[in-house]
This record gives sequence, structure tokens and C-alpha cells, in this order.
Amino acid sequence: MFDDNATLKPMNMIEAIRDAHDVMMERDEKVVVFGEDVGYFGGVFRCTAGLQEKYGRSRVFDAPISENGIVGAAIGMAAYGLRPCVEVQFADYVYPAYDQITQEAARIRFRSKGQFTCPLTIRMPTGGGIFGGMTHSQSPEALFTHVTGLKTVIPATPYDAKGLLISAIEDEDPVIFLEPKRLYNGPFDGHHDRPVTPWSKHDAGKVPEGYYNIPLGKARTVREGNDLTILAYGTMVFVAEAAIEETGIDAEIIDLRSLLPLDLDAIQQSVEKTGRCVVLHEATRTSGFGAELMSLVQETCFYHLEAPVARVTGWDTPYPHAQEWEYFPGPKRVSEALTKVMEAA
Amino acid sequence: MSENNNDYAPLQIHVPEPPFRPGDAPDFSNFDVPVAGATPRPPIDASREDLEPYSEQVIRVLDDDGKAQGEWVPNLSDEEIDAGMRAMMRTRAFDERMMKAQRQGKTSFYMQCTGEEAIATAQQRALREGDMHFPTYRQQGLLFAQDWPVSKMMNQIFSNIEDELEGLQLPVLYSFRDAGFFTVSGNLATQYIQAVGWAMASAIAGDTKIASAWIGDGATAEGDFHAGLNFASVYKAPCILNVVDNRWAISTYHDIARSGMSTFAERAYGYGLAALRVDGNDWLAAYAASEWAAERARRGHGATLIEWVTYRAGAHSTSDDPTKYRPKEEATIWPLGDPIERLKQHLIVKGLWSEERHVQAEAQYADEMREEMEKAEANGTLHEYDRPRPSPKAMFEYVYADMPEHLRRQRQEMGV
Ligand SMILES: Cc1ncc(C[n+]2csc(CCOP(=O)(O)OP(=O)(O)O)c2C)c(N)n1
Ligand SMILES: [Mg+2]
Repeated sequence: MFDDNATLKPMNMIEAIRDAHDVMMERDEKVVVFGEDVGYFGGVFRCTAGLQEKYGRSRVFDAPISENGIVGAAIGMAAYGLRPCVEVQFADYVYPAYDQITQEAARIRFRSKGQFTCPLTIRMPTGGGIFGGMTHSQSPEALFTHVTGLKTVIPATPYDAKGLLISAIEDEDPVIFLEPKRLYNGPFDGHHDRPVTPWSKHDAGKVPEGYYNIPLGKARTVREGNDLTILAYGTMVFVAEAAIEETGIDAEIIDLRSLLPLDLDAIQQSVEKTGRCVVLHEATRTSGFGAELMSLVQETCFYHLEAPVARVTGWDTPYPHAQEWEYFPGPKRVSEALTKVMEAA
Repeated sequence: MSENNNDYAPLQIHVPEPPFRPGDAPDFSNFDVPVAGATPRPPIDASREDLEPYSEQVIRVLDDDGKAQGEWVPNLSDEEIDAGMRAMMRTRAFDERMMKAQRQGKTSFYMQCTGEEAIATAQQRALREGDMHFPTYRQQGLLFAQDWPVSKMMNQIFSNIEDELEGLQLPVLYSFRDAGFFTVSGNLATQYIQAVGWAMASAIAGDTKIASAWIGDGATAEGDFHAGLNFASVYKAPCILNVVDNRWAISTYHDIARSGMSTFAERAYGYGLAALRVDGNDWLAAYAASEWAAERARRGHGATLIEWVTYRAGAHSTSDDPTKYRPKEEATIWPLGDPIERLKQHLIVKGLWSEERHVQAEAQYADEMREEMEKAEANGTLHEYDRPRPSPKAMFEYVYADMPEHLRRQRQEMGV
């Protein structure tokens, strides 16, 4: 997807996201960026740092603390013909915008038969692992995948973050872009008591300079294996890696990257090969995206399955503060599920 | 982008900027410092028309020499003012101690209210038992003004075994029902309309209680703020609608929340509500305005929005570095001064206080907070895993009144 001669640069996920903005703002003057604290300061996670200085206040600016205002205004701009890429400071704060996202952005094309469209990207940090308590840790992806008309994307590496964000900005329809905040500075496998590895020590932390894209709807095989298929996204990709290392199970890990559109072919091929499947997410269990994945696996791979499909998820409670690691579905819980699925008939 | 074949000049987007950024020399010489005592105190049933000027002019009692001036001088005993001073000083000592505790890794997060202590500590004095505050994370002063046990706050901040919320909620998002302190939400502005609803309930029930809603300048941009103003006006809800304009919302200047063209108090006027603008660093004015609004609400004349003119002297939180977006000196040259210094000056003028006594009091409260912290630490701190901690059971227990079967199973799966 990119020029093979492009120079690789070490980037953490924040820098990769910033670079995607930079590349797109440079290429397309219709791209505008705004949100709470994103202008002068460059965002509380610094994902837009330097952009206002480079592209000016009329393309990069601070917004009032009004998520429905941010998204509603962005829809108006998209309808005009701009390509807004807006930030919601934490996914936990997207709810005031839910009406604008689900009833408006998602249906502008449908209800006007394409007279009006909504090429809009809504970025937001998601997931736990930073002691953010119940209002800085949520994983609301299923609230968006349940709404037709939206695309929902979640990268797990700097390389994917840049390529997917570029595709999101170029997309003709609204894209929810979830950024696993615990992965901003380095991969995290759930072992909170171990030193943090920075992205500079990871292959996926080497990011091509300039333009490249990763198409929405294509999963990435993180590791090939024969015993079992793990379907994961975001932080759970690294938890899965830790769990297979600890159990020695020869699992295939698929990082979905894009939940909608979903790479059903990749899922089907892998599960048909391994005959077993475990689904992972940080979000609460009931009606979570895992339920959709399990249904699809059951629908498409039933005659290949050798064991019931299992899932490891966050508990069905708000994300607690002190009990962060009891809540977070870490390697121990994932390992137990893998072992159980391997032991089943 | 489009061809303009007409004689209009191309439009330009207007994006407000603060007057000063890092590297600039801040200068408040254009700031209209209110004259102490210049504003008359209207009757509590004054009409909206009579109150119109109050959404612009700023009420101030303490003058530059520390003397109390004009009709808004509250009727308070020396002891009551002294208690206000103590509450502000203890709030500050607590904040200093907890900022350090966070830096020492004893918790994840802390938020100070430095420079804004007068507002909450004074308003608490003007309310009655049974009234309910719907605070933000920056109204710890409400608790200090009622001598609420420091241990309860510290244990919550450390998420330890004595934390009454059992570690479930983020530090400083307290919930103290018995203190008239509603559970603080992390989602901005939601409490504002809830406070109005609580006040409506008091009226529906034929009670005499009032509610007090709190919000920062930045969060007034949320829809819940506007819903709150409208409901309060439509139903004449017995409540106080506080807007603490400390000029900053993290890195965002208050002109992004409301444009530089109008005040927050004028917003209320547009909704048909009474509104006052008050020097928030003047403890006497803060008490007087709160008492006026409380009385107006309790006598059935409806809600008052109070815009508190103040300055966030510290960082937004322990995660923030304000030198990245505003000049360091801004806080020190803020023309309304520091609320503790100003009340100190007043108490000295009245012969009730002295510089020595002040230094002594500072040391006494610093000691108190150090000792309290030692006690709280003995109950554990957030990242100590080798000591008793709040149980993971707690997270299943408080989701519903009766635990549904699926949660019971999940709890068993977790093995607790
Ligand atoms: C709905 C929502 N959006 C965004 C945030 C993130 N956030 C937390 S505090 C804050 C700034 C609030 O500023 P202001 O209302 O002025 O209050 P202050 O912090 O100055 O007291 C922001 C943007 C949030 N907590 N909730
Ligand atoms: Mg503020």
C-alpha cells in the first residue's frame, strides 16, 4: 500500500496518529481538525500537537466542551464538502453526541439518497489500563457497530493506526476511530506489574513516512497457528500474545482492526483451519461485539467447530478504579479460556 | 474552494484566542476591576428587569485595603468569618498535601481548587441542612466548610480499604449524601439539570429544601447546562445555578465556551432567570450573593445563576501542565487577587488576625493534613497490592439493587 522505498520512522501510536493527520491535511485542504483542547495545546494525549501551528487556526481549532456540538458541526461541514476529523477527548464522553452520530451522521446518505453525504472521522481514546476509573476506560465499540451507516475501526499498532486513520479520513462515510489509549506509548499485554515496553522496541512501531493506507475491513494475522483461532482487537491483541506464550498453545491470532466492515473471510478461513475459537474484548460482555463474532463463527463455521466458541471480556459492571486489574481481562483469564477450549472434546 | 463570482469578500472563520500565551507578558490593565460596594443589593424578589445590570457588573465587597463596603456586606459574626478563613486555609492545605501524595504515587489522580476556595466555602455557609449540592470535582471547599472528616476524603483518594466507595470511583469524585454532596460524575455538566430536577422535586413534595448546581466555564457549552437553565426558568425551580468561571477549561480559554461577546450571567438573563456576577475571590461577596440566591429560591422566587469571576491558579489536574498553554505569571498578577490573602487582610483590618497568626495557622493545617495522611496511608494506598484492598466483589454488588443471575455467575467466574 505504500512505496517500498518509503523511509521507516520509529513512532509511537500518538506520533503515528499525528502523522496521519499531517499527511492528510497536507494532501487535502478539505481536511479540518477540531475538538476539545486539540488546537493550541494539541490534545490532552498530544495527537494533534503542532498541527495548528502548521495549518492555521481555520483548519485546526479548539471546540467548546460540547460533544454533540462538535459532531453536529462536523456533519454540517461534511455536508458542505469538507472532510472533518474530530476528536472526542475520551470515548466515555461521546454520549452527548450519540444522537448526532447514530440518527444523523449514519443516515444522511440514506435519507437523502446520496444528495448529502457525511465523510466524517470521529476519533476517540478507548479502553482501560490507565487507572482512569469508570469515566476514562470505557470500550463502547458495540454501541457503534450496532448502528448501520457507521464504520468502526480500532488499531492495535502505530503502523495500523496511521494507515487506518488515513483510510478513515478518505472514506466517504462516517467512521468511528477508536484509539486504545493504553497502547499509545507501547504495547501492553496485561502484565501491569512488568516494565512497559516502548513502541521503539516493536516492529509495528516502525512507520513509513508519507502517505499509505490500510483498507477498512481487512484483518491482520498477527500470528499463524493451528490449534485455535483468537479473534481480538485493540489492547487484547497483546494480551492474546502473552496468553499463548504462557500456555504454549499454537493459536492463530487475528487482529480484526476494523469491526465494521468486518473481514469475515479471514475469520472463516482461520476457524475452518483450527476448529476452535476464542473471542476477546475489554468491553462489557452482554450484547458486546463478541456476541456478534460468536454468532458469525457459529453461522459460518459450525461444521468445522470442535469445541464451543468462548469469550473473555470485561465484566458487566462499570469500570472500577481500585479493582482495575480484576476487571481487565488479562492473560490469566485468557489463558484459562484457551486451555478450556483446547480441552473440550 | 468555490468560485466567488460576486463582490463579497471571502468569509473567514473566527476562532477566539486568549490574549496571552506562553512567552507573552500577561497584562490585565484592560480588566475592569469592580469597585467594592458600588452595587446595590436588590430585594430578593426583584424582577428580572431590575436585575438586568447584574449580569454584567461584578459584585464586590472587599476593597483593596481589606475593608468591607456597601450594601452587600453580609451580616456575619466575627466567628463566622473566622470559620470561613479556616475552611479556605484547610482546603488549600489539603490540596497541597494530596498533590504531593499523587506525585509520590499514592493515587492515580488529584484535582486542586487553588485560588477558588472562597466560592464553595462561602456558599456552604449560606445553605441549610437537607439542601443538596450537585458539585463538580472542584468543590471540595463545600466539605471543608462543614468540617467534614478529612479521613473520609483521603481514604477515597487512596481507594483503600476504608474508602466508603470501596475503590469503585475515581479519586475526588466523592459522594457524601450526609454532607449534602451529590455523587460527582466524571461526565461534565450532567449534574446541572439533575440539580434542577432535585429542586423541582422539593417543590413537588412541598418541601423547603433547595439545590445548588455547580459547573465550570468550559462545561457550560454542554447541552445539559442549557437544559438546566430552561427547566429552572420554566418551573421556577428552587435552586442556585453556579458557574465558576476560572477562565480555563484545561487548555481552552473561556472565550471558546461563550465567545468574548457576553457573560455567563447574560446567558441566564436570556432564559428569563435572575443572575448575579460576583467577585469569586472575595469571601464576603461570595457569602452575600449565595445567601441572597438561597433566600430567593427558598421564598419561591425561583433560581438564580451566579457567575463567579475567578482564576484557576493551579493546574487543571495532576495530569496537566499549564505552562504549555498560558503564561506562568498570569496567576500571580490576576487582578482579583488570592481569596485567602484578601480575607486575611480583612481580618487584620478588623483586628481579628495577624501575620504571625496566619503563619501559625498555615503550619497548624499543614501538620493536620500530614497527620491525617499518615492515618489514611495506614489503611493502604492505590498501588499497594501486598496489603488489604477494596474487594472486587464490590463491583458486582452495586450495579443493581438485586443482583441479576448473569452478574452472579460472572462474580462466581471471577472466584469472589
Ligand atoms: C462530557 C465530558 N467531556 C469532556 C470531559 C473532559 N474534561 C474534564 S474536565 C474538562 C474541562 C472542564 O473545564 P471547566 O468546565 O471550565 O471546569 P474547570 O476544570 O475549570 O473547573 C474537560 C474537557 C469530560 N469530563 N466530560
Ligand atoms: Mg474552568
